[in-house]
Amino acid sequence: MSELSIQNLSMRFDLPNGSSVQALKDVSLDLKSGELMSVLGPSGCGKTTLLNIVAGFLAPTEGRIVLNGHEVKGPAAERGMVFQQGALFEWMSVRDNVGFGPTMKGMARAEKRQVVDHLLDVTGLGAFKEKAVYELSGGMQQRVALARCLANDPDVILMDEPLGALDALTREKMQGLVLKLWKETGKTIILITHSVEEALLLGERLVVMAPRPGRVHREYRLPFADIGVDQDLREVKKLAEFGDRREEILSMIWDMEEEIMGRTEGAGA
Amino acid sequence: MIPFLIYVAIFLLSFAVVRGGLRRYFTRRDFTSLKTVTFGDESAVRPDRAASVISVLTIFLLWGAFTGSKWVPVHAPGPFLGDTSFTYTAEAADGSRDDAVVHARVFRLGETVEAPVVAPGAGFAKDDVVTVAAWRSALIRADANDTLTRKDGARVVAIDGQPIAPGGAVITDAGRVAMTPKGTLNYAPPKGMQMEPIWLPPPEAVVSRVGEIAREGYQNFTLWQHLGWSLYRVVAGFLLGALVGIPLGYAMGLSDWFRGWFDPIVEFMRPVPPLALIPLVIIWAGIGESGKIILLFLAALWIMTIAARAGVSGVRISKVHAAYSLGASKWQVLRYVIVPNSLPEIFTGARVAMGVCWGTVVAAELVAAEKGAGMMIMVASRFQLTDIVIMGIILIGIIGYGIDILMRMGEKWLVPWKGKG
Repeated sequence: MSELSIQNLSMRFDLPNGSSVQALKDVSLDLKSGELMSVLGPSGCGKTTLLNIVAGFLAPTEGRIVLNGHEVKGPAAERGMVFQQGALFEWMSVRDNVGFGPTMKGMARAEKRQVVDHLLDVTGLGAFKEKAVYELSGGMQQRVALARCLANDPDVILMDEPLGALDALTREKMQGLVLKLWKETGKTIILITHSVEEALLLGERLVVMAPRPGRVHREYRLPFADIGVDQDLREVKKLAEFGDRREEILSMIWDMEEEIMGRTEGAGA
Repeated sequence: MIPFLIYVAIFLLSFAVVRGGLRRYFTRRDFTSLKTVTFGDESAVRPDRAASVISVLTIFLLWGAFTGSKWVPVHAPGPFLGDTSFTYTAEAADGSRDDAVVHARVFRLGETVEAPVVAPGAGFAKDDVVTVAAWRSALIRADANDTLTRKDGARVVAIDGQPIAPGGAVITDAGRVAMTPKGTLNYAPPKGMQMEPIWLPPPEAVVSRVGEIAREGYQNFTLWQHLGWSLYRVVAGFLLGALVGIPLGYAMGLSDWFRGWFDPIVEFMRPVPPLALIPLVIIWAGIGESGKIILLFLAALWIMTIAARAGVSGVRISKVHAAYSLGASKWQVLRYVIVPNSLPEIFTGARVAMGVCWGTVVAAELVAAEKGAGMMIMVASRFQLTDIVIMGIILIGIIGYGIDILMRMGEKWLVPWKGKG
């Protein structure tokens, strides 16, 4: 089964003005198959960089990513990606978007149809199969993005703030969908988010990253994802433990932001 | 000046009538009509179609009124036609004076005219007769039939009582009378305010010319051949330009080396107007078909290259990343993501390129061609066939507009996702 290992990842690059940026420093994480890990942190903490390295879009300056015993060198179908928005192919129908991965693999037409139809039904898009994606609402579009990713049956799914652009109500619905899909498919998922609540609700594991240089600050194991699978997410949010965790992490991130502000103000003075 | 003032007056008057009075009965009740802020809200500014109709009608009205068109009920005063006369006063060498009358008959150019018959009258100055075409002038040697001519020292000193000297001129009721340095009179009847057909023919002359040339052709080719050849050159040149330019633009958008290699060439050639290349193309390829197609190829090439390059750079990186992480190869990313994503840009470029090509082909045909829309109006202008020139300009405009409409329809049909990404 899939075993994702992020080993001593560092990334450093030069800026045009001669200085250099340490985007990541010595990040190591191991994910077991079927784990859902959410990553949280103030802006500039390198969480998106980390995800892009795991996806294979960026090369680290040190360290490596190992998936199922082989090193990651570039993007591949084994690591599916769900973007915040605007990554759908608007020249294709919903059905063709979802069937994109199978088409690239050259899957037989009948088999592809079966896979796509199944996923469209699971994600609640059954009625919109032949629509153009730009005719759908933002939430529907993210359903298409999830289905498109799952259609390829990747080992790991990387989500870069997939629900960040949605309104609060749609977001809540989609969080339920993500949990449901995770349970049903048993995929390994890394989810990057800005929302502390979302990170707590969905993450079996939660990694809080700190900025400058980007590094792992704190790690949690959380029960809420498992509770939320068979419960209303709003009930989960009412749990006392959930509230405590939320306050704890919020103030942690708050402190980091304060520190950044102080540092830039100090540099400016 | 007067036509322009009339134009402005119609503009203001129709505005007052339509917006002040009639509009009340045809108000739209859509959402935009409820907007109170329209000054500055571009989306609330919709073309008033009544204004468009009046605008076009006004142009034809003014055109007709100032050319004496049969299609238009009102006319600007035309040139004087018929008989008129003015008096000249001759002074003999001894200082004695005598008046005589010049009888002028003004006729329409192209009609036959008979000179009026008049009695010579008394005194040493005798009455004269002259025929002159409208908008033209005639020289009158008033003393030629007089008893005392300029050889005897007689000279004309006044016209209708107004004194005149050699080199001077007077305006009379019969028109303008000027005197040459040698003492000959030059008579021009009143021109009115209408345009002479040689400057601007009336609309019906242009229309009948379209019919005539459509039936009989012009300069050995039918009208459709002239227009067809121009279109053929545009389409051939544009297709060649697109065929080379689009792959080149893709290459420039996808590879550092291609970008670096062709950037200076494209950036240099882009601002060179295709018309500036006509002399060089004629030197290299002559004035035949190949020269024209090379010119149009060059006109379309850079536009299409830049459009394709912009199309590639306009692809959102997340789409490309998504395609790669869905297992697409480079070739598949090109075929399924980059090409469809760049189509809207390429269509915009194609519209611009077709417009530029159409303008360039007409200009190239003006310079040298055996057939084509531009050649037709160039040759006609040499023979002062203004109606053909105007017909040609109108047809060139209609075709250019038609091309643009077709391209826009094609765009809507082929890239419905434009602007929706």
